[in-house]
Amino acid sequence: MFWTVTLTLFNGMFTTFEIFILTLLFALPLGLIIALGLLTPAKYILNVIIWIIRGTPLMLQLMVIFYVPGMLGYQVWSGNEAGRIAATVVAFTINYSCYFAVIFKGGIQGVPKGQYEAGQVLGMTRTQIFFKITLLQMIKRVVPPMSNEIITLVKDTSLARIIAAYELTFAGFSFMKSAGLTWPLFYTGLYYLLFVGILTVIFNIIERKLDYFKYE
Amino acid sequence: MAILEVNNLGKNFGKTKVLKDISFSLEKGKTLAIIGSSGSGKTTLLRCLNFLERPTKGQIIVNGNSLLDDSHGKLSERELREKRLHFGMVFQNFNLFPQYTALENVTLAKKLMAKELPEYKTKKKEILEEIDNTGKSILRKMGLEERMDHYPHQLSGGQKQRVAIARALALNPDILCFDEPTSALDPELTGEVLKVIRELAEQNTTMIIVTHEMAFARDVADYIIFMDDGYIVEQGAAKELIDNPKEERTKQFLTKY
Ligand SMILES: Nc1ncnc2c1ncn2[C@@H]1O[C@H](COP(=O)(O)OP(=O)(O)OP(=O)(O)O)[C@@H](O)[C@H]1O
Ligand SMILES: [Mg+2]
Repeated sequence: MFWTVTLTLFNGMFTTFEIFILTLLFALPLGLIIALGLLTPAKYILNVIIWIIRGTPLMLQLMVIFYVPGMLGYQVWSGNEAGRIAATVVAFTINYSCYFAVIFKGGIQGVPKGQYEAGQVLGMTRTQIFFKITLLQMIKRVVPPMSNEIITLVKDTSLARIIAAYELTFAGFSFMKSAGLTWPLFYTGLYYLLFVGILTVIFNIIERKLDYFKYE
Repeated sequence: MAILEVNNLGKNFGKTKVLKDISFSLEKGKTLAIIGSSGSGKTTLLRCLNFLERPTKGQIIVNGNSLLDDSHGKLSERELREKRLHFGMVFQNFNLFPQYTALENVTLAKKLMAKELPEYKTKKKEILEEIDNTGKSILRKMGLEERMDHYPHQLSGGQKQRVAIARALALNPDILCFDEPTSALDPELTGEVLKVIRELAEQNTTMIIVTHEMAFARDVADYIIFMDDGYIVEQGAAKELIDNPKEERTKQFLTKY
């Protein structure tokens, strides 16, 4: 039984990982675009959107994305597993890109004006100033808050259970229904811990790599 | 002939006139100190010369070439870069690049510029080596032989400011500007920076120094400009202006020191 459970949970883990990676893949660039938008007059609209997204539960957003199109008569999500994963990724991407945007904006604004001006008086172009001076300083600033958010994302994937996507927590639950077993559900915790442990090691390496300099 | 000539320069921020009718000139190899109380427009003047701010009106002439006058429209980035290179700038709070060593701070801009040279592809190694050697020799002159491979956070304030001076010198500007180079430093560190600037003056580097160190200005500068409320109130030979100020406002200002 133990091996059956372990393998089944691995299956769920695969979906969890899929949601995680796809969300990162879309939310990172979208977050950067929104962050740049926050530095333009579009910030008023964007701030309202961010307020709504950060001010309501992710679970609610997921249900809205998954159910509302159907209620309005649009068949957006296919009824199968792929459709549920797609809806999850869309909801998560919208949600996480807002959180990422706020972090990125802080990173961009955290670079002192003097750094740009020092580059300018040395005759550097805007592109050179961005790539040679400010980019790395921004990255160093956003790594700690980003690692927090990304670790939260790992655990948020369990919300996909609510629309019956077969991720890790759902897989754990299934044994309760089918075989009356509760321990597989608790066993999933080990999977999450392992996943987050690996991420933590990666983030620590990145932070240590950027440790050679400190801000002025 | 004057290396720098500034005529009727004015700068408004919105409705506030920060610089009003600033005119002066400076000969090659001379040092000009700018003094004046807080808010009188000293920093703004240096920022206008370095094209970090666009003057509202007036003329800036370097070596007989008009860099800016009222006929100029919007300047492209390339034009701005060219004009900026006539001036070097040393900031009050250093603004060193934290992710680069002292030497890299000094050589970065020059290495980026070298990429535009036609012979860069074929002689890359020699060119970069040459830039490194020049950078090292400037840092050595600043007394930083032992600190070249240190990152800014590993340097004292005085060392940082000397790296910043080296960084500006590396591009051979016609005129080197300093905005209160020692006012972010602990008193015991100002001496080492002032010493370096004094040596530059002795080697006939053309410099404009905004400073609150009156004794230093009197001693090292050839000329002094006293600014108040956006105007030049008085200008003249350094010792004469400090010892025998003509204007009432200059006298009042100097009694505070
Ligand atoms: N970007 C700006 N926008 C609006 N006002 C500005 C700006 N920069 C400077 N000022 C104003 O211009 C005036 C002159 O400022 P500036 O920094 O040139 O003075 P300063 O002589 O360098 O003073 P300090 O000795 O304190 O450095 C001040 O009243 C200041 O508030
Ligand atoms: Mg100032």
